[in-house]
Amino acid sequence: MVIATKTNEIAAWSLIVSPWKDEKATMPTMNIIQAVNDALHLEMKRNDKIIVLGEDVGKFGGVFRATSGLSETFGDDRVIDTPLSEEGIIGTAIGMALYGLRPVPEIQFSDFIFPAFDQIVNELAKFRYRSGGQYPCPVVIRTPYGGGIRGGHYHSQSPEALFIHTPGLKVITPSNPVDAKGLLLSAMRQNDPVIFLEPKRIYRASKGDVSKEDYTTPIGKAAIVQEGTDCTLITYGAMVSVALEAAQQTDVSIEVIDLRTLLPFDIETVIASVTKTNRAMVLHEAPKTCGFGAELIASIQERALDQLHAPILRVCGFDTPFPYTLEFEYLPNADRVLSCVHEIMEW
Amino acid sequence: MYALDQYLACDAKVKATSLFSLLSEDGILQEGFDLDQESLLRMYRGMRRLRILDERMLILQRQGRIGFYGEARGQEAAVIGTASALCEKDWIVPALREAGVGLYCGMPLSIYINQIFGNAADVSKGRQMPCHPCDKDHNYVVMSSCVANQLPHAVGIAWAMKHNKDTDRLCVSYMGDGGTSEGSFHIGLNFAQTMSVPVLFICQNNGWAISTPTNKQTISETYAIKGLAYDMESLRVDGNDLLAVSTLTKYAAEKIRKDQKPIFIEAVTYRVSAHSSSDDPSRYRDESVTKEWIEKRDPIDRIRKLLFEKKWMTEDEDQKITHHFESEINQEIKKAEAIELPDKKTLTQDVFEEEQ
Repeated sequence: MVIATKTNEIAAWSLIVSPWKDEKATMPTMNIIQAVNDALHLEMKRNDKIIVLGEDVGKFGGVFRATSGLSETFGDDRVIDTPLSEEGIIGTAIGMALYGLRPVPEIQFSDFIFPAFDQIVNELAKFRYRSGGQYPCPVVIRTPYGGGIRGGHYHSQSPEALFIHTPGLKVITPSNPVDAKGLLLSAMRQNDPVIFLEPKRIYRASKGDVSKEDYTTPIGKAAIVQEGTDCTLITYGAMVSVALEAAQQTDVSIEVIDLRTLLPFDIETVIASVTKTNRAMVLHEAPKTCGFGAELIASIQERALDQLHAPILRVCGFDTPFPYTLEFEYLPNADRVLSCVHEIMEW
Repeated sequence: MYALDQYLACDAKVKATSLFSLLSEDGILQEGFDLDQESLLRMYRGMRRLRILDERMLILQRQGRIGFYGEARGQEAAVIGTASALCEKDWIVPALREAGVGLYCGMPLSIYINQIFGNAADVSKGRQMPCHPCDKDHNYVVMSSCVANQLPHAVGIAWAMKHNKDTDRLCVSYMGDGGTSEGSFHIGLNFAQTMSVPVLFICQNNGWAISTPTNKQTISETYAIKGLAYDMESLRVDGNDLLAVSTLTKYAAEKIRKDQKPIFIEAVTYRVSAHSSSDDPSRYRDESVTKEWIEKRDPIDRIRKLLFEKKWMTEDEDQKITHHFESEINQEIKKAEAIELPDKKTLTQDVFEEEQ
């Protein structure tokens, strides 16, 4: 598997303005969009309860083409172009799930998920609990997240912490095509609501050898994407490639952990690594304050404070709204990661 | 039926702004209306049971034995009249004042009362405030307290019914007048009509959203007229006229099942009670108006008078109905109050599916 690291110039935004040609199935090499598309095709064929709905997901195939070809294969009754309302998409999906279907709604950009926030937080996340287990609500919400596509405030945000903080939701963030397919298939086969955050910055840049076969990647299991002995770098989503880029540029032996799932998160793998390296840092592009890094650090020190030779530091987005012109100043990069690594090593 | 045909023959805007009625508040029945003694008595008993239940539960709240209560007092015709049009396979997506719909459609009284006590027998394990029952066996979906959020759920349920070719059923979704100001109301109506699904929207317009009266809620002529913006058949009925509510809802339900398209009904009633046990309406409204609704337009009195006139029920039989329900309700309260609270271990259950 090769993960592209030179991501800054990826103009995924241009996909919306001038739709790219659907790449024919030249597998096994797939990018993340193709892997997501492959998982949807596979599961819709396997399970007729799967319903895809959202804005422009039908004939157009979604603004990023993740649902391309689904309506031709499965028809308008299973791939629904809805009116433009995120609240309506999620509210309707909840009703479908209550009746026994398995909706997989797409929210075009995670920045636009907030009209549906009430439905997600107060309804979707609580249906199983408030009905004493009688009404499970297996809705898998796919949504592209993150910066790096020249999207400004409203096509760039990373809202994962808001959903992790809501009991009842699982939150998944694949960093590459192999995991994207395996995790999405897992998500569609379990019985709880999932926020499936797709790193749109590397939608096409991240390529990998993805099997056409049916396989699943377990929810709640992190991956050690690079082994190391000096410092553990915990990250997820599009930042995994930034972490690897940084790790290649230093003599410090960095162990890079791709969490893959943020809730439930694999604290065992993290603790095992920190016990080995005695140092840790967290990398994410969401704002620092109350970001998921804060929870990770708290969880590590609760379990392994006596293993630490240095404080656990964070490289994050700044506590500002996501900027347009200066987005690559805002987004963590290899230099900022390395500067943090050196601070930890010199403690 | 003459009166219904005459109303339905009207222009869409007239239907959405006039008021369909069969039994006036003076007790005058529209000519040509074919009454059925058995179903009328059944609905009357349903209304009486609900009234007695609400009165009893409010007393328990005042005694500190339950935490909260929201009555449907004075709105029983809208509740039972709409419920009378439903079939066993229909799904009910309620708002705050429609537990009576569930009870009329088969929800056991014990489910309702155990939920209010939040005890160990509550199927939802004591997790919500009172008046949020859940009865999957009777397709009564447990509500949240968020106003109008349930309307898009009903659209999704109805869409799934149609998708599965379960064309013998519909989904009924309730809201109050305040709910029509929420985004979910407009989204729900727009999605329902655009996706063409078998959903029946019923707005119980009781004139008040806590302290906010109709003239501060909307400047639209009626609530029903809002449905016309979505090209939805929108009807308006005297919500305190049991016969009119039942008749119009039956028409709507049959048409929805046949056409697989939504219909919106506004039932005009009045909240003679407080919003809930935590509210004091005398702080914000003229209670002489409330008194007038109680004395002149009570939905139960209207039907009782008719039953006496028709000699379909004697005063003695009416007393027996009252005693029967008082006894039933008191027994259930006694049982529910004796049940312990849910075990502490249930606190962390059902957040996610338990691992097998």
